[in-house]
Amino acid sequence: MPQRRVVITGAGAVSPLGCGVPMVWKGLVEGRTSVRHCPSLAEVKGLRTTVAACVPEVDAGTIDRKKRRYMSKMSIYATIAAREALQMAGLGADQVRGTRTGVCVGSTTGSTVETEKFFVEMQNGRSIENLKSTHFFKIMNSSCAANLAQVLGISGRQVAPSAACATGTIAVGLGAESVACGKQDVMICGGADELHPLTVGVFDTLEASSRAYNDRPDMTPRPFDRKRDGIVCGEGAGMVVLEALEHARAREAEIIGEVRGFSMNSSPDDIANPGVDSMVDCMASALDESGLSGEQVGYVNAHATGTIQGDEAECRALEHVFGRGTPVSSLKGHMGHAMAACGALELIATLLMMRKGLLVPTRNLQEPDDICGRLNLLTTLEHRHLEVAIVNSFALGGINSAMVISGRPTNDG
Amino acid sequence: MTDDKVIEIVNQSLVEEFELDPGMMTPDVFLVEGLGFDSLDFVDVVVVLQQAFGIELREEPRVREVRTLGDLHHLVIEKKRELEGLKQQ
Repeated sequence: MPQRRVVITGAGAVSPLGCGVPMVWKGLVEGRTSVRHCPSLAEVKGLRTTVAACVPEVDAGTIDRKKRRYMSKMSIYATIAAREALQMAGLGADQVRGTRTGVCVGSTTGSTVETEKFFVEMQNGRSIENLKSTHFFKIMNSSCAANLAQVLGISGRQVAPSAACATGTIAVGLGAESVACGKQDVMICGGADELHPLTVGVFDTLEASSRAYNDRPDMTPRPFDRKRDGIVCGEGAGMVVLEALEHARAREAEIIGEVRGFSMNSSPDDIANPGVDSMVDCMASALDESGLSGEQVGYVNAHATGTIQGDEAECRALEHVFGRGTPVSSLKGHMGHAMAACGALELIATLLMMRKGLLVPTRNLQEPDDICGRLNLLTTLEHRHLEVAIVNSFALGGINSAMVISGRPTNDG
Repeated sequence: MTDDKVIEIVNQSLVEEFELDPGMMTPDVFLVEGLGFDSLDFVDVVVVLQQAFGIELREEPRVREVRTLGDLHHLVIEKKRELEGLKQQ
């Protein structure tokens, strides 16, 4: 199989910071939080977390009803983000209809909101009489990818990876591999999720959700901080357009970045806590594929969700791979943990940092703990020319992913 | 419930579920050609009206004969009367 260079030509975002890539960047630079008190969580018995990072209301009416009727919120988010990404890429509807364009988009589950509706009917009356014709298309695991293919007229590959919180990064990575090996010329890739108490409850049950700041939502999550107490769940969608370099150049597209290396692996020792060694292996493998050294990486976008164990493990792994000098930050303090969307959203944010020459610090990081504090953790905006970065996503299920990206490619390749 | 009230609820239910223009909800409008319904929409019409009126439509053969909104009004009014007749027995 051929190995082609893969570039990024478009990005789209629906995030708790707002709808659209400019809104994400504005929120990050302003250091805003999107974490709020969430009444729908507060009413759930036994759920100790009452804060979340929810997407502000979006205009779903821009999607034709006959396409939208198959969509839950996550597919609506994915569609809005994908349209923005395609517009940025300068790819019109006719240009993505051929078999050489595919989608690789995942979510952690199918729609939990719609799944709940089904089981409420079953629980209350052992009945399916009130089920709508479109219900299944919202709860199937491939809902986002399937709906995107329909609404965009995609006739190439349709891939729907599901890898918990690593889904977004892995979807982009698998999409890049489809392009690199010549199976597709263009891939629309990313992740999307919608908030539901089930997700928050999972982390709460695992003692991994933030609950000490229910009355001060702007102070959580606190990646790397000594007073961090866990994850704040969020939602949204991040989408990128990937293309073979020669394909993008042939149509004179503006290239915003390049996928240099991607790796994913499993951590079989513990399904709930990815091991340091497997994180190290994952990042080292992505670097190896990129042909770059750790010293050439100018910024690490850490997964760091704000849990006690997860942040410490990632920092130990980062120190092993990059030493203590490489700037590191996590964006969970701004956007919460957008689940399947987080990897793609953070990839987009990292691309923006490259373009703007401005590194975004970790929000709510006031006093690093002893282990995390050994790294060069960003606490203020930092102007810096950035050529190469790595984006991490480490997830429940013992699955790791890392992607090495660079800015616009030079003309030497 | 009066026939006019049934018609009002049918129209309101369809307008909300299928995002229709209320101005189009005239008895002579065809559901497929006029309101743009397809086969899946018909499945959901049945669900919506069953919920709204407590009637059974899914196994009702007369549903297949419905062409216009007026036909639908007529069917729902008949089913509603049948249901109320059963309740009085």
